[in-house]
Amino acid sequence: MSNYLKDRESQILTKGNDAAEISCDKKSLAGSVSQRACVFCGSRVVLYPIADALHVIHGPVGCASYTWDIRGSLSSGPQLHRLSFTTDLKERDVVFGGEKKLYHALIELIDKHQPKAAFVFSTCIIGVIGDDVEAVCRQVTKEKGIDVIPVMSEGFNGTKKDGYKIACGALSKLVGTNNDYTPSKYSINILGDFNLAGELWILAEYYKKLGVEIISCMTGDGRVEQIRRAHKASLNVVQCSGSIMHLAKEMKEKYDIPFMKVSYFGIEDMSEALYEVAKFFKDDEMMAKARELVTNEISKLLPALQPYRQKLEGKKAAIYVGGAFKAISLVKALRLLGMKTVVVGSQTGNAEDYKLLKDLCDEGTIIVDDSNPNELSEFVKLTGANLFIGGVKERPIAHKLGLGFCDHNHERKEALAGYVGMMNFAKEVYASVTSPVWKFVK
Amino acid sequence: MLLRHTTSEVKERKALTVNPAKTCQPVGAMYAALGVHGCLPHSHGSQGCCSYHRSTLTRHYKEPVMAATSSFTEGSSVFGGQANLLQAIDNIFGIYDPDIIAVHSTCLSETIGDDLGQIVKKAQDDGKIPEGKFVVQASTPSYVGSHVTGYANMLEAFVKYFSFKTDEKLRQVNMLSGWVEPSDMRELKRIAGLMKLKTVLLPDTSDVLDTPMDGTYKMYPKGGTTREEIVSMGDSMKTVAMGEWATKSAAVALDNKCKVPFELTDVPIGLKATDRFIQALSTAGKVSIPECIAEERGKLVDVITDMHQYLYGKRVALWGDPDTLLPMIEFLVDMDMKPVYVVSGTPGKKFSARAMEILEAKVPEAKVRNGASADMFLMHQWIKEEPVDLLIGNTYGKYIARDEGIPFVRSGFPIIDRIGHSYFPTVGYLGGIRILERMLSAIMDKIDATSPEESFELTM
Ligand code: SF4
Ligand code: SF4
Repeated sequence: MSNYLKDRESQILTKGNDAAEISCDKKSLAGSVSQRACVFCGSRVVLYPIADALHVIHGPVGCASYTWDIRGSLSSGPQLHRLSFTTDLKERDVVFGGEKKLYHALIELIDKHQPKAAFVFSTCIIGVIGDDVEAVCRQVTKEKGIDVIPVMSEGFNGTKKDGYKIACGALSKLVGTNNDYTPSKYSINILGDFNLAGELWILAEYYKKLGVEIISCMTGDGRVEQIRRAHKASLNVVQCSGSIMHLAKEMKEKYDIPFMKVSYFGIEDMSEALYEVAKFFKDDEMMAKARELVTNEISKLLPALQPYRQKLEGKKAAIYVGGAFKAISLVKALRLLGMKTVVVGSQTGNAEDYKLLKDLCDEGTIIVDDSNPNELSEFVKLTGANLFIGGVKERPIAHKLGLGFCDHNHERKEALAGYVGMMNFAKEVYASVTSPVWKFVK
Repeated sequence: MLLRHTTSEVKERKALTVNPAKTCQPVGAMYAALGVHGCLPHSHGSQGCCSYHRSTLTRHYKEPVMAATSSFTEGSSVFGGQANLLQAIDNIFGIYDPDIIAVHSTCLSETIGDDLGQIVKKAQDDGKIPEGKFVVQASTPSYVGSHVTGYANMLEAFVKYFSFKTDEKLRQVNMLSGWVEPSDMRELKRIAGLMKLKTVLLPDTSDVLDTPMDGTYKMYPKGGTTREEIVSMGDSMKTVAMGEWATKSAAVALDNKCKVPFELTDVPIGLKATDRFIQALSTAGKVSIPECIAEERGKLVDVITDMHQYLYGKRVALWGDPDTLLPMIEFLVDMDMKPVYVVSGTPGKKFSARAMEILEAKVPEAKVRNGASADMFLMHQWIKEEPVDLLIGNTYGKYIARDEGIPFVRSGFPIIDRIGHSYFPTVGYLGGIRILERMLSAIMDKIDATSPEESFELTM
């Protein structure tokens, strides 16, 4: 491969040609047109869906205004999370510190909105001017009697992934603070679903059919009270492992709650998830119900997918998403549609995920960590992909190149989880790849 | 009701901005830099800022937006970002090969005290900037000003760096454009063309952020003011600067450096502001105003006349950037409408003063606020106190529009839930007709949807 920043070579490999492991967890190079976001962004997206909490961004105005209601996480009740509160630091505050401003903002907001808890995000600049955010939070907690939790998510302090970890830390301060709850016999927490386009509600339906109680979801359609009693669950079912694994591990240590990694995307993974949960509870009746559910859904779904598969058979896809774990499910789901993945990459994958990806993909597939538009467009040309799966910044590039596109990020409009989700996915991919517009490109 | 938390009682808030009506400086610097041909914007700070700015621009223009970042780490936040920027410059020329890198700072790099000028000089001295390539820099801390300030600072940097006065005077006029759409920039050029005037438009995002789909991806599209053009601005007869907030500093810089005098006028939105703009062009270029422009004006006046009965007395709430808000409210007043609430997140006392000047005589009850406390929350409270008939502003108004059931015309930045702004201009006389058309459609759609059967009408 020519033409890439030289230091990036270790972050790109082609299956079959390169024996080496991909190196990831690296900071982006200075000067790259990286598609990555920051630590704060990572923390913000994880905690954002908690709908009855107050989310206050301590910093200059920009960091807040970009994250105002951008993630399509739905709430069935309160909508407080969708408002954007910022201390909007000014030059004076940068010189003299913003603690007072933060304090007043919190008091005012808590009085007004009566939230169940508050999260205070600290942005890059706070890390530099040295505000003692933790002290302010302690003070306000004392005065107002609700948990005011500092989220020390200075943007420069690593990658988006580190932001996830920090968000997990914030969540774990809430977990276990309510002991007066008796869960039913089979209870779980769903970790790592953000209820994009209502996906959690689809899953909740499945679990209900199995007779499993969901004590809390972290954080889709989240509520502070539910998180407080999350430690009462018998099992943590973790999706999107990148973002919330830390919490699962911590809850294992602290409360001895085992966890399992699942994906709800695609037929195989979705079914596997239900079976695994049933297996965990060692309940024959539940297993029977799971089988019934799966058989039922698949017998409806497979024939419905057929016409799409016929049209998509042999088409090629390029994937560039946030986490590599998601990419794995995507590769499988595309296979089910008869499509081949020729490029796959992520912003924040870890070594384990990339190894899984490498094993899963066909020979010749390009695997890449922390890519940029130039590379991606070159890969696409090289491999002759027909479809691109990515996020907001990739869509217009894909379209300019004459590729179909599917948003698998926060801006997705259709639920992609579960069996319904697979159907939606097929429809979306089909519509985009076979759009008549591609015929008009000269 | 997504904004059910909004109360009608307006309480002074000291420490808080709710749902800000502005974004930060670098996004403006980035937009301005995209309007220069072959230029790659570079964000000197952490990755997040750059990523957010690009996403915001992409959401608004539905186009790929390229920009590089210094990717600060914890180390840079302690020791400064010089090493990052030097390495970045090296890497960018090595791989992305732009003609120009336009570096802007972020809150972070400003706070730790990085001196961009000095770092770029070091890059030059160290031979990191290849022959025939350039690095321009502007300081854009977000805790001062707003996205408009960043835009202004970047423009100023371009003319300061490139524009050059030779002995040869050119028969051309500089047009410094305020923050408007690619479609508007194209329209400004069309109007100048009708006047048979040779102009240099800076910046020019047409053919950059409204490019055709041809199956290829070009990192540097064909549009944008070229470096040669910016250089030649030093020899122009005059500068017409559209919008005090976005373009005055660049106009002044050009005057100081190359002795090119300037006329400061508004972004030509609506009747009077376009009159002033056309007049300014005609004076600057010593050309007469052609009949075809008079005809366009006549068409706008005609539509205003015909539609007056529907617009008369309509109460309007507006928010956005000073340079476009001022001519817009003037236009509304000229049509006998009542811009009663005006909010801009961009600070500067002048704004309120000028707005009140426009509104005083005809809309004495108007409320105007700009700066820190001027956010969408305040706007909503005002509307709850006394409602309006129409909202004009960026996408962030859609919550209020929905909760209160008010017709809504999208205008300004960002518009992330509709298209059209990149293609259909709102500047000039014809742009005025478009504004009118959209206001009317919004108002009429509501009447048609909600009027009782007995008063539901087929015709206007
Ligand atoms: S740090 Fe400053 S420049 Fe960066 S996003 Fe926040 S406000 Fe904007
Ligand atoms: S300033 Fe820091 S926290 Fe804010 S957007 Fe930029 S990188 Fe993220």
